[in-house]
Amino acid sequence: MIQLDSVVKRYQTRAGTHTVLNGVNLQVHRGDKIGILGRNGAGKSTLIRIMSGAELPNAGRVTRNMAVSWPLAFGGAFQGSLTGLDNVRFICRVYGARFRKVIPFVEEFSELGKYIREPVKTYSSGMRARLAFAISMAIEFDCFLIDEVISVGDARFHEKCRRELFDKRCDRAMIIVSHEPHTIREHCSRACVLNAGLLHEFSDVDAAYAHYSSL
Amino acid sequence: MEFVVQRAELARSLVIQLRVLGALLMREIITRYGRHNIGFMWVFVEPMMFTGGVIAVWSLVHTHSTKLPLIPFVVTGYSTVLLWRNTIGRCGNALEPNRALLHHRNVRVIDFFIARLLLEIAGASISFMTLSTLLGLAGLMPLPDDILKMIIAWLLLAWLSMCLGMVIGSLSAVWEPADRIWHVLSYLFLPLSGAFFLVDWIPARAQRLALLVPTVDCTELLREGLFGARIHAHYNLFFLFVVNAALSLAALLAVSRVSITVEGE
Repeated sequence: MIQLDSVVKRYQTRAGTHTVLNGVNLQVHRGDKIGILGRNGAGKSTLIRIMSGAELPNAGRVTRNMAVSWPLAFGGAFQGSLTGLDNVRFICRVYGARFRKVIPFVEEFSELGKYIREPVKTYSSGMRARLAFAISMAIEFDCFLIDEVISVGDARFHEKCRRELFDKRCDRAMIIVSHEPHTIREHCSRACVLNAGLLHEFSDVDAAYAHYSSL
Repeated sequence: MEFVVQRAELARSLVIQLRVLGALLMREIITRYGRHNIGFMWVFVEPMMFTGGVIAVWSLVHTHSTKLPLIPFVVTGYSTVLLWRNTIGRCGNALEPNRALLHHRNVRVIDFFIARLLLEIAGASISFMTLSTLLGLAGLMPLPDDILKMIIAWLLLAWLSMCLGMVIGSLSAVWEPADRIWHVLSYLFLPLSGAFFLVDWIPARAQRLALLVPTVDCTELLREGLFGARIHAHYNLFFLFVVNAALSLAALLAVSRVSITVEGE
């Protein structure tokens, strides 16, 4: 389970303090599939990063009782001067995974070819997303945090993601942020709307969309 | 019962901590030294070349006018300088190139600092040991009079450098000029650091002031360990310990403050 209790996150800007999350509560159980809706800048990615533990809240509490992935997003997770392969090794070491099992899978799945031996800073955002996705599939998580990345890549990559993530790992929990309504409709059983620092939960995706459209 | 649970938690956290540090050490070694030619060996070959060059220059110029042999004096002086300067200097930019790695929950800001600190301390220590051994075998450096004193001095200086590194690294993470100012300060501080003089050589009034500089105390103790009764060393271990303890607190506060404000990429 992941539990968020009255989570507050503020950022310092030149114009003063900006409160992004202002007392967010959420419970994610094993196998839950939750979509997060919200306008640009509503704090969806911040919420995902706080759930993952990549950022710490200013107030409130985050409890994790399952293995939660890092935020699968366009940015982050990789050190730019290291090659893709060295980043894979780094992540294996951090999560205690075996190179021998992970590396062949990542090479095959990411379809980076010889680029896996080039520095990550030379990658396109699509290549990064593919690498991030591939590594996260090679390490066992109970909950995947997905920030837009599944909307990347061509139809074939989509199909691969669908098979690896949504079919093979359909028992895992997933938190999905996407601007594409069909992504969330297709994969989530419920959805939340993030607006003005607060998270509103809806028991079905359509009700969430109705609320989101009325904002 | 609770105690048992806590111990299990601690053991688990320790395993994760070691995994993260191991991963970061490898990561730092790859970008800093690369896989080509001698790779990781640069960690100590670089400072050794530096100290070797300085010995050569000093021997040629030969401005040294005391009974003390020149080479061991220079080796102890420059090795201590390299220890604190490299260690602290590497922390200034520890955060920025690693920011993206904060996406992994168990990778924290303090780990970036610790990884770099350990690497630099290891480099300076291996360099000092190798150089002393080689010069000792060549008969250019005496055997240590009291090696324990030398180890204590070295560890106290490493501890001091770790704390200062974390303080300056955290400061420069929130305020970029801090790193530049430190670079200037470290040059200005060089003649005061104790590397080039013995406290015994300076006037009594200045001695009291000099001993307020913690690197002076460390260098004095290190040299007493090497030269023994051939020099009259001045140092205040209690003072060093208090300074280090206070700086440790400051370092941990600074890092914990930065950890909350800093964002992943």
